[in-house]
Formats: sequence, structure tokens, C-alpha cells
Amino acid sequence: MRVVLSLLLLALSLPVLAKEAVPAADDPVLERRVMKLAAELRCLVCQNQSLADSHADLAIDLKNQVRSQIREGRSDAQIREYMVARYGDFVLYSPPWKASTVLLWAGPFVLLIGGALVLVAYVRNRQGRVVTTELTAEEHARAQALLADGDRQ
Amino acid sequence: MNRFLLPFGIFLVLAVFLAIGLNLNPREVPSPLIDKPAPGFQLPQLHETARTLAPQDMKGKVWVFNVWASWCVACLEEHPLLVELSKLNLVPIVGLNYKDNRADALQWLQKRGDPYTLSAQDADGRVGIDYGVYGVPETYVIDKEGIIRYKRIGPVTPKVLDEQILPLVKRLQG
Repeated sequence: MRVVLSLLLLALSLPVLAKEAVPAADDPVLERRVMKLAAELRCLVCQNQSLADSHADLAIDLKNQVRSQIREGRSDAQIREYMVARYGDFVLYSPPWKASTVLLWAGPFVLLIGGALVLVAYVRNRQGRVVTTELTAEEHARAQALLADGDRQ
Repeated sequence: MNRFLLPFGIFLVLAVFLAIGLNLNPREVPSPLIDKPAPGFQLPQLHETARTLAPQDMKGKVWVFNVWASWCVACLEEHPLLVELSKLNLVPIVGLNYKDNRADALQWLQKRGDPYTLSAQDADGRVGIDYGVYGVPETYVIDKEGIIRYKRIGPVTPKVLDEQILPLVKRLQG
């Protein structure tokens, strides 16, 4: 009797588990587009996650927003523009080229080239400083003797 | 001596950058809405749901637009300040009750005082998205023409109110 009862309770609890699965895949093509776009957009509540990764309330709202706009037939560019108009370039993981982002995009290359130039200059400068001196005949003989000495051991 | 000067200089520059970086608040993302018209909406009022509220209703006035919710902990922090501000009668404060339960919101206001001249209900957060809200509370100053002039993310502090919001309001009203 107890077994039956517990099985019954267990069966009743199954729908509770089922809640996790959000109505994701009624249209897998659309859902793929939603996720692709959401992966390019930053969740502003949890700044180092994309909308796709985040389960924050706002992220879910914004994903729904993306979904409904795709259904309305808007293009990816239009949806990106919609987000930027509200949250700024910061919402894009790949911000556009403009005056305020030049340092962001060009900075690493400037540093790389700068580093290479410093390296080249340093190496050239060092080459100039290495002094080569000819051995005198006496020193040569002594070196030869030392080497021969080493060979014997 | 000269050998160490260059690395030390580079170190100093990096240290200054780090210090500046650490003092910036990463949550304060500059809003693209500054100097843009306040997004339109037509929402039911919180107290009388049969009546609606739209930004056009405030045209001709400088107003403060405050986004809040009863579930928002940081809103508690700024609330006494808003109540105080409302008593000064310097500027109308319009509340946007963001993704909240109406009963909770009304109870919250009853308990802590209602600083809002008018309150709108944004139950599904759609208007919040149009205003680029991502961390309640958020506060906007909107001018007579309905242009957003200022946005504060996070609770309003006495310092922010005295040094930024009130001088701006005064200037816009003048």
C-alpha cells in the first residue's frame, strides 16, 4: 500500500519537473536565430554573460523581445539597432568602429607594433655595442694549449 | 639609473590607468537616450487603473521620472530622499512601477510614503525596455520639450540630488 502511494505521489510530482523546459522549440529555425542573436548581445544585469547564457529576468524579457521581433519579420540588423538605441553600444559584444571605440579596436595592434619597434630598436642598439677584438698571437697560443690540455683528460 | 626610468614610467602609467579603472562603476553604462525624446507610452495609472498616463501629459514641465518596484531592495535606500524631495515641491516626480504586483506596490507606498505626483504601472516591463532600464531604481530628468536630459542608474543619493539633479532641474526650469 505504501509503495503504491509513494509511486502515486512520485507520478504526481512529475509535471513540476517539466516546468524547467521553456516553450523553446515550437519553431527550431526561429529559436536558432533567437539564440544566435542573443549570443551577440550582452546581458546588462550580469555584464559578462550574453543574453543567451543569462537567466536574469531582463535577459528573458529581451530574448522574448528578440523572438517577437523576428516573428514580425524584422531583420537581425534592425533588432541589433533596437537594442543599441536603448542600451547603447555596450550591449553589443562586437561594438562598431567609431570615434569612441577606435582605442578599443586599434589599441592591441598599436601596442603590438609599438612593442615590435621597441624590440627591433633594442636589438639593433645592442649589436652596435658588442665589441669584437682580435686575439694576439700569444693569446692564441695559450688558448690552443688550454684546448689541447682539455682533450687529454 | 636611466635604465630604470623607462620601466618605472611605464609602471606609473599602468598604475594610473588601473586606479582610474577601479574607480569607475562598470554598472553605469552611458545611456544612448540622453538628449533624445523620452520614449512614448500609454500605461494604466497605479492608483486608478482606469486612467492612463503618457509622457505627453507632462509636456511643458520639467519632471523627474523614477523607475521603482516593491521587490527592489535598492529602492528602499533612495525612497526617503524622494519623499523629502516631493515635499519641497520643486519638481513633479512621476513613478514607473516596474514589473511589480499592483497590491504589493500600493502597500509599499502606503507604508513608506508616496512621493509620486503620478504613477504608472509597467507590469510586463515593456516600457522599461524602451527606457533602457536594467537596474532598478533608475531616475531620469526630462525637460519641458520631453527630452531626456539626465539618467541615474541605481539609487539617488543626497550628493547626486544636490549636485546633479536639482541644479539641472533648476537650469531647465529657468
